[in-house]
This record gives sequence, C-alpha cells and structure tokens, in this order.
Amino acid sequence: MSALMTAMIDITNAEKTFTMHLQGGVELPVVRGVSFHVEPGECVVLSGPSGAGKSSILKMIFGNYRCDGGRIGIRHKDTVIDLATAEPRQVLSVRRSTIGYVSQFLRAVPRVATIDVVAEPLIANGTARAEAREQSGALLRRLNIPERLWALPPPTFSGGEQQRVNIAHGFISDLPILLLDEPTASLDAANRAVVVELIEEKKRQGVAMVAIVHDDEIRHLIADRIVDVTSFAAAA
Amino acid sequence: MAELQNTVRDDEPLLVADHLGKNYGRLTACRDVSFALYPGEVLAVVGESGSGKSTLLQLLSAQLAPSAGRVSYRMRDGVLRDLAALGEAERRFLFRTDWGYVHQDPALGLRMAVSAGANVGERLMAVGWNHYGRIRDTASSWLERVEIDTARIDDAPRTYSGGMRQRLQIARNLVTEPRLVFMDEPTGGLDVSVQARLLDLMRNLVSELGLAAIVVTHDLAVARLLSHRVMVMKGGRVIETGLTDQVLDDPREPYTQLLVSSILPA
Repeated sequence: MSALMTAMIDITNAEKTFTMHLQGGVELPVVRGVSFHVEPGECVVLSGPSGAGKSSILKMIFGNYRCDGGRIGIRHKDTVIDLATAEPRQVLSVRRSTIGYVSQFLRAVPRVATIDVVAEPLIANGTARAEAREQSGALLRRLNIPERLWALPPPTFSGGEQQRVNIAHGFISDLPILLLDEPTASLDAANRAVVVELIEEKKRQGVAMVAIVHDDEIRHLIADRIVDVTSFAAAA
Repeated sequence: MAELQNTVRDDEPLLVADHLGKNYGRLTACRDVSFALYPGEVLAVVGESGSGKSTLLQLLSAQLAPSAGRVSYRMRDGVLRDLAALGEAERRFLFRTDWGYVHQDPALGLRMAVSAGANVGERLMAVGWNHYGRIRDTASSWLERVEIDTARIDDAPRTYSGGMRQRLQIARNLVTEPRLVFMDEPTGGLDVSVQARLLDLMRNLVSELGLAAIVVTHDLAVARLLSHRVMVMKGGRVIETGLTDQVLDDPREPYTQLLVSSILPA
C-alpha cells in the first residue's frame, strides 16, 4: 500500500456472502463492491433500509465478519493492514490499539461491576487500574448513570442504561477509529445529546468514525458524509 | 515471588504443533494438526466428544507420544525445542513449573486427603521452596485470589464443594507462575452459577498473569468468554479456525454452523 494514503479506513470492492449449510447450502449475498474511505476527524454515516447490509459492513471493518473478497485497508500504528486477509493476531492488535466498536447490545461478563466493565479497555492498554476507574466514573457520570449503580454488573440494568454503559465502554479509549452501530437507539433526548457531544469531541481529536443511525435528527448532527449502502446491494 | 528471567519475546510462538497425528491401531484419533500459540494467547479447542480434542491436548502437553509430526516449546532460554527430545529433568521442569494442567475432574489434579494449603504448597516445594512460613503465606494469598476463605486452608479438598475444588486446582497450578496452562473442560460438571464465577475468575487471572492457555471445551460460551482464537475439531481434524468471535458469529463450515446453531437461547 502506498505511503500516500491519508485515509484511516480505505475499503475497495469488499464483499460478503453467507452460505447457510443447514438450509441446503443456500447462498445469501449480503454486499458486493463496497468501496469508500474515511479520513481522520470525519464521521461517515451508512444509510439504507434495514437488511441492506449496514451492520454487516461495520462487522467486516471490525474483523468480526470475514470478507469473501476485496480489501479493507486500516491505518494501524505506522502501517496499513488489510483486515480482509489479516491473521487473527493482527486483528486483535488492531482492536486493541486502533478500532473501537460500539454495538447495540452489551455483551458483558456476569459478575463484573459496571465501573470495571467500562474501565477494561484502558486497563488492557496499560492504564493503571485506579486511573482507569476514575476516567470510567467520569464518563458514567456524564452519561447519567447514577453512582449507586457503578458497583453492580450491567446485565441487571434497563435497556437504556445498558446502552449507555456500552457507549462509555466504547468511547473511553483514545482509539483513532470508532464504529458506531445505533449508538442512540434506546436513549432519551438528554442522553442522545450527550452522545452527540462525545462524537463531536472525538472528531476534534481526529478520530475517524463510521456510524449507523436511524434517527434523522442525529444523522444531520453527526454526519460529515453519507454513504448509501443500497448501491452495494448484492443481487440475490 | 521473584520474577523469573524471561527471554521469550511476544512475537515468537511459545508452542508450535507441526502436522501432529495420533493413531490407535487403525483408529485415527487426531490427524494433521498444525498451529502456533503465542505468549499470552488463549486458544479454545471445541468439538463434540470423540472429535479428538482431548487426544490433542494430551499430545500437546507431552502426555502422549504422537504417531506423526511434533510439538515444539520455547523454553525459558528462548530456544524452541522438540518435546519428544527433552531430557527427563527438562520435562519435569515443564510439568512442575512452566506448565499448568487443569483437569475436568479436580480429584485428578489435587490430592484429596491432604490440606488445601499443602496442595498449593506442594508445587512450590517441588521447585525448591523450603521456608514453611513463606510457603504458607503464598498458599494463603493464592486461596484468596481464587476466592476461597483462608479459614479453610487446613481442610482437605474432599470437604470442599465442586466449585471450590476447581478453584483450588487452579490455585495449585498457577502458584508457580507458569507460562502455559492446559485446561480440559474446566467448567464441565459444575452448576451454571458456579461456572460463571469460575469463568470470570479464570478470565481475570489469565489476563493479569499474561498466561497462554489451551482450553478444550464443548461449550461455545466458555470459548467465547475465555479465548482469543478457536479451533473447531471433527473426526480428528481441525475443520475451521480463526478469531473466536469470527468463528462463532460467522461460521463457515457446515459442522461449525451446526454447533453454533445448536446453542439453546437462555
């Protein structure tokens, strides 16, 4: 890859098909010819109806879904890694220091206190536990999670509270790329505004973001560019 | 406990399996398995009973001699050595210090009639510790780390519950600060609530100590919580391998899709 690449994410002709072996080998083409790039400090919003493959594209960028073709160039440390062909160890390294992912649902380990769930990405990157917990608390407070809940594990929380814990977990690190899958879906207006603020801060820090948001108002507030996923529809 | 000199680098594999195979007469238990495990990496081997995963674990931990291929391990001096060519002293060093082995049945990994403290202390004495007070203090701090009430230190594990026994077995294995731990169905046979606690504990210990681990399990939830990478075995072969969340969320092989789709929703 050329050293001239300035984009944090540069996707060329990526494609994904699911083969359902338990359903007689039915092939489900999801997306084809996915090509777009994201610059530092830019938020690209994927648009298109449900089922168009928006979440699949995010998962491909995170290395959670494997690509069947094409290239997903990610600027990682001082090099560019193609996540479509990367080794598992490289993908893990990219996730530790380059790409964060805020999914719609929190997959938390039973028994772990909320404040530690949120602090975990910092600790994994070498921040001292006390400092990590302090930052975790500050972010939880900002997202209106009352302090009396911090010692409890998030699976006991309401949907909106869990989503805010998830957002805190995703936003706490200083990673140069963030993927956001419906970050405001079950939040009230006040908390949606906090998330918009957090996204603005990340932009100012030069973070490249790809987001899926159904709420038109939020989309207008955060999108620098919109990529229409229907153009990547794979003919069934 | 003093840090042992560690000359192994993180970007060099700790253990390498090279075209490993095992036959019992005409029966092939395990065939053509190759992979590299890096320091700090947790690999889960999943598959149903009879898939060859337990045979593989025994081959990797030098408890069985392979019929084909070999296993190499990077000793603390940084040199990668064929396990089959190790001398008796080196082999003993691995089993007593550098490796841990957590059995599904704690009775196989513990001495059931001696005290919990002695179970943990024994591994330390085997590597030359001889100060009773220090051994007891270290044993006691390990009981705390695995959440066993230190008031029970003089009780024998036969008086412990299943979950406590398994946690004691883990303490006994980790007290010598191994670099690699083999686990054979570590949560099998435990109640679900006890499993969750054990998994959480193992996950923390593995990441705090930077352990590499090979975990054999038929439980995909265990693989998801503990491992970075997964190998799916069927009929003695590795049929699919990759990042754990990739293999579980985007399984490719028919058998892996069947395994993933067979999980009962909670």
